[in-house]
Amino acid sequence: MEVSAILFYIFAVMAVVSALGMVLNVRNTVAASLSLVVTMIALAAIYVLLEAYLIAVIQIMVYAGAIVVLFLFVIMLLNLREDDFAPGRQWLVKFGAGLLGVFVLIQLLKLVGPGLPEVPVVPEGYGGYRQLGILLYTDYVLLVEMASLLLLSAIVGALILAKRNID
Amino acid sequence: MPIEEICKTLFIILVIVAGLAPIITWIERKQSALMQDRIGANRADIGGITVLGLLHPMADVLKLMTKEDVVPQGANRMMHMLAPLIAALPAIIAFGVIPWGGTYSFGDTTIKMVAADPDWGLLYIFAIGSIATYGAIMAGWASNNNWSLLGGLRASAQMISYEVTLGLSVVGIFMVFETLKLTDMVMAQDTTLRVFGFIEVFGGTVPAFLDWVRLPAWGIFYQPLGFVMFLTAMMAENKRPPFDAPEGESELIAGYFLEYSGMRFGLFYMSEFIEVIVIAGVVSTIFLGGWAIPFLDQATIIGGIGSFMGEGFATGLCVILHFMTFMLKLIVMIWLQMLLRWTLPRFRYDQVMNLCWKGLLPLSIANILITGAVMLLVRG
Repeated sequence: MEVSAILFYIFAVMAVVSALGMVLNVRNTVAASLSLVVTMIALAAIYVLLEAYLIAVIQIMVYAGAIVVLFLFVIMLLNLREDDFAPGRQWLVKFGAGLLGVFVLIQLLKLVGPGLPEVPVVPEGYGGYRQLGILLYTDYVLLVEMASLLLLSAIVGALILAKRNID
Repeated sequence: MPIEEICKTLFIILVIVAGLAPIITWIERKQSALMQDRIGANRADIGGITVLGLLHPMADVLKLMTKEDVVPQGANRMMHMLAPLIAALPAIIAFGVIPWGGTYSFGDTTIKMVAADPDWGLLYIFAIGSIATYGAIMAGWASNNNWSLLGGLRASAQMISYEVTLGLSVVGIFMVFETLKLTDMVMAQDTTLRVFGFIEVFGGTVPAFLDWVRLPAWGIFYQPLGFVMFLTAMMAENKRPPFDAPEGESELIAGYFLEYSGMRFGLFYMSEFIEVIVIAGVVSTIFLGGWAIPFLDQATIIGGIGSFMGEGFATGLCVILHFMTFMLKLIVMIWLQMLLRWTLPRFRYDQVMNLCWKGLLPLSIANILITGAVMLLVRG
């Protein structure tokens, strides 16, 4: 087996195990979000194996390095105890999650069923910041600007909500 | 070739991490003694020989190793154990992309003096730096202590805030050198910058007697503001004074590593010092020309000495000279950080945040805008 294949299996197992760790650790929210970090890092490693380097770095910088840190920040501020999770009626959530799981499984079988596709040979510089940057600021410039507008409105909204409490 | 990679990795671990990091504790002691008018670091001895206090790092390690390892009651044992490792690991692996020499060819074999050389080298350092937050958060949470938790919260808020500035303050440098690859950045700086070259932009010609007025083409001369902002943001990421509000002992006892003892505390301590070396390495690579010798580029050295001593000898000499130059710049940057650490008092927490969001962030965005305008004017 090639080195990249061995690495892929290591990181794939790591991603699945830590994802399970996140779901099963419902009562210990900090451990759950730390498992989520491990999933993110394993996914980033798989992106590197797919030669999508920029996406891998962004995955670590944004998801593992910023978003989950904010999750943890909020969890620690709330300081949840185990008895905050009262055993309520969660059957609807469980039913929905099960339905979603079956749906994803069917989609996956549809994809893998006819056999795995050939691995295409990527051109020089594929997935680099240069190619992505050129695409983002020529073909997709409108979408980038729209996304930035959306983020700006989110920032302004957060500011208004926070300011109301201070004044 | 795996042998080559293994050698480079061993070099980093043995020379940079195990060799330089303990010496930095000595530099820090001597610097503090100098600034507080003491003699300092001269007590540890073997049979009366003190070697200028250089034995102190050894005494440190021995002492930390023999201390009892206390885990507080009610702590999450596993996370308490993992936190120091997660704090130390990013600092060590960040050094993998910093070049400590250029690319040299001896006949058929080419040697690259860097462990890993990806196209996205600088982004790798940012990504690794963003992982470093978890060491502090985990330590703060796992200790089951309110002061630790507050320290962890402060650390995470501070590090997340400064990551934004850290990235934005070097965008100007990306634009000037048109690359993110650290080895290419140093190559671009191994030349000179004509100080009066701007006259040509306005359609004039540079008079011959002014053409020799040159500076090394270092990042700091293109982006002086970027240099200051990047160094500040990097130092804030490292959580050492004056940015050590997360461990502020006057209000939080010792912050996130309050409940750590022995070598586990030692790992937090060491990771800060290794981070100092990483900061010095990154800053001297992007802004101070890395291994480049000012006014003496690689081709000149090899051509000049090679003409009468043979090309192989000249290249070998070049390797040594470049490595020494890089080490010199590294030591200067480490010294600068120590100087700042012992000069400035700790910032209050709101001052730390104001500096980031109201000072550095708008300035770095203005820096990008001005750099872009100038680049458009100069390069068209």
